[in-house]
Amino acid sequence: MAPRTFFQSTSAMPLSLDDVKRIAVLARLSVTEPEAEQALVELNGVFALIEQMRSANTKNVEPMSHAQDVMLRLRPDAVSEPDQHELFQSVAPQTEAGLYLVPKVIE
Amino acid sequence: MLNATLTELSQALSARKISSAELTQLFIDRAHSLNPALNAFITLDPTRSLEQARAADARIARGDAQPLTGIPIAHKDIFCTKGWLTTCGSRMLANFVAPYDAHVVERFEAAGAVVLGKTNMDEFAMGSSSETSYYGPVRNPWDTTAVPGGSSGGSACAVAARLAPAATGTDTGGSIRLPASLCGISGLKPTYGVVSRYGMIAYASSLDQGGPMAKSAADLALLLNTMAGFDARDSTSLERAPEDYSRNLERSVKSLRLGLPKEYFAAGLNADVARAIDAAVAQFRGMGCEIVEISLPNTQLAVPAYYVLAPAEASSNLARYDGARYGYRATDYRDLREMYMKSRAEGFGPEVKRRILIGTYVLSHGYYDAYYLQAQRIRRLIARDFTQAFEHCDLILGPTSPSVAFDLGAKSGDPVQMYLSDIYTIGVNLAGLPGMSIPCGFGEGGRPVGLQIIGNYFDEARMLNTAHQFQRDTDWHLRMPSGVEGIRT
Repeated sequence: MAPRTFFQSTSAMPLSLDDVKRIAVLARLSVTEPEAEQALVELNGVFALIEQMRSANTKNVEPMSHAQDVMLRLRPDAVSEPDQHELFQSVAPQTEAGLYLVPKVIE
Repeated sequence: MLNATLTELSQALSARKISSAELTQLFIDRAHSLNPALNAFITLDPTRSLEQARAADARIARGDAQPLTGIPIAHKDIFCTKGWLTTCGSRMLANFVAPYDAHVVERFEAAGAVVLGKTNMDEFAMGSSSETSYYGPVRNPWDTTAVPGGSSGGSACAVAARLAPAATGTDTGGSIRLPASLCGISGLKPTYGVVSRYGMIAYASSLDQGGPMAKSAADLALLLNTMAGFDARDSTSLERAPEDYSRNLERSVKSLRLGLPKEYFAAGLNADVARAIDAAVAQFRGMGCEIVEISLPNTQLAVPAYYVLAPAEASSNLARYDGARYGYRATDYRDLREMYMKSRAEGFGPEVKRRILIGTYVLSHGYYDAYYLQAQRIRRLIARDFTQAFEHCDLILGPTSPSVAFDLGAKSGDPVQMYLSDIYTIGVNLAGLPGMSIPCGFGEGGRPVGLQIIGNYFDEARMLNTAHQFQRDTDWHLRMPSGVEGIRT
């Protein structure tokens, strides 16, 4: 079989405008109608590139989730972080009495 | 002083030919005069820099100096730097003063180096041209109508234009090597896990790796000696004995086997870049190296797999920007959900949003196997390609980029064309290998060409040795953009 070239695109259109809007909600990004329409065109271009992955035979290939096959380290169960909440909250948009303020979520 | 190596600067400081305060002031003045035209720095804070420089001078006077003591270094604005604005090139963090230091910043501080400033970059390191920054595009000092490459474009530009003796960068898909190539400097992405990611703002955690950017391989070795090392605060930091990356610089490269991947020289590589790379290969042959052809058969799958994996990790990493604890918060919202959605929509730029959307989609129910798992399997195939290639060669050589620097705006409207700029660099990140770029000539428009050197895991010392031997016999790394002195706003 001839190798596929770098720039091959497919005519697949995997996404619809509704898909884009649904993903935007999942990602907590508000999008306007024109933004969603533009995102649809761009994302379909990107997915045409991504679809090239289908040409690869990956049967029996173990997924590689990380660059190194290392075991996560264990450490003694001891306090390692001092309380720095004042410092960390100094860059917060809104705080009161050591708490982050956000709009009310429970009526 | 502008063209001095780090070793020469260190010697001048020790011999009291110049003080760190004077050296730092020299670069601050230069940055102030040229930055308006180049946009390499987001933040300069002369008061802080000079305070550190005076402390370094006191340390030198005490006889307590290390090789980098008193040398000003620019940090990519992705590294948290205590008390400094740390924006990651984003409106989201435009008001974020880091409350702590990244491990890399701590290491330079302990070595007595001076923070010269924070460099401009693609927003959240997502880009190949340094055009997606909230602070505007960085310009290439060789030709200010061209991009510097990205995402560490501000660091590359600063070193190339001699606004800084050296800089730090990060590389997730080529973000150190590509701008190093396009700006005619040297840059190294270490083996994944060698440099701690603590305090380095996360993009794609299984790929992100910090590294040095400088004028020469010898300088990179000195910088890496400081940057590398175990850090318990990064769960992927590797526990290895400290290494002196300068130890083999002077070793002969005779009989070294250098592999040329045929896929890196196939269609898609511009002729001007190919000519410069061929000449560099001939140079190595003349130095007694053995040149062998190798194959990395899954090269064409690297970009597609990367644009599943990196956005997937990014969509998760960037979920933390919610407008609640730090960073940008929208001014007008009715409830918590709208606060999240508007803060993120207004705080992130278009490329970051695009990658969050891609990542959210590929991880969503029903698509995980087809996209994410398939990409992880391809990642394994690509890593295997390299393992097999290293059975036939010691190092791999090739172009860093398929073209010289392109014009500002040339690809910013077409994400796919932009993504393909990283065709030769991404495989290295997927495999977790070390890779570097060094200048090896000039192509169209007098724009620099970079030679990529890829090593096996933990083979940085040999890569630096090979690059240093090349730089001993050539002078591409000493060339300086001629227009820089004349750039004025």
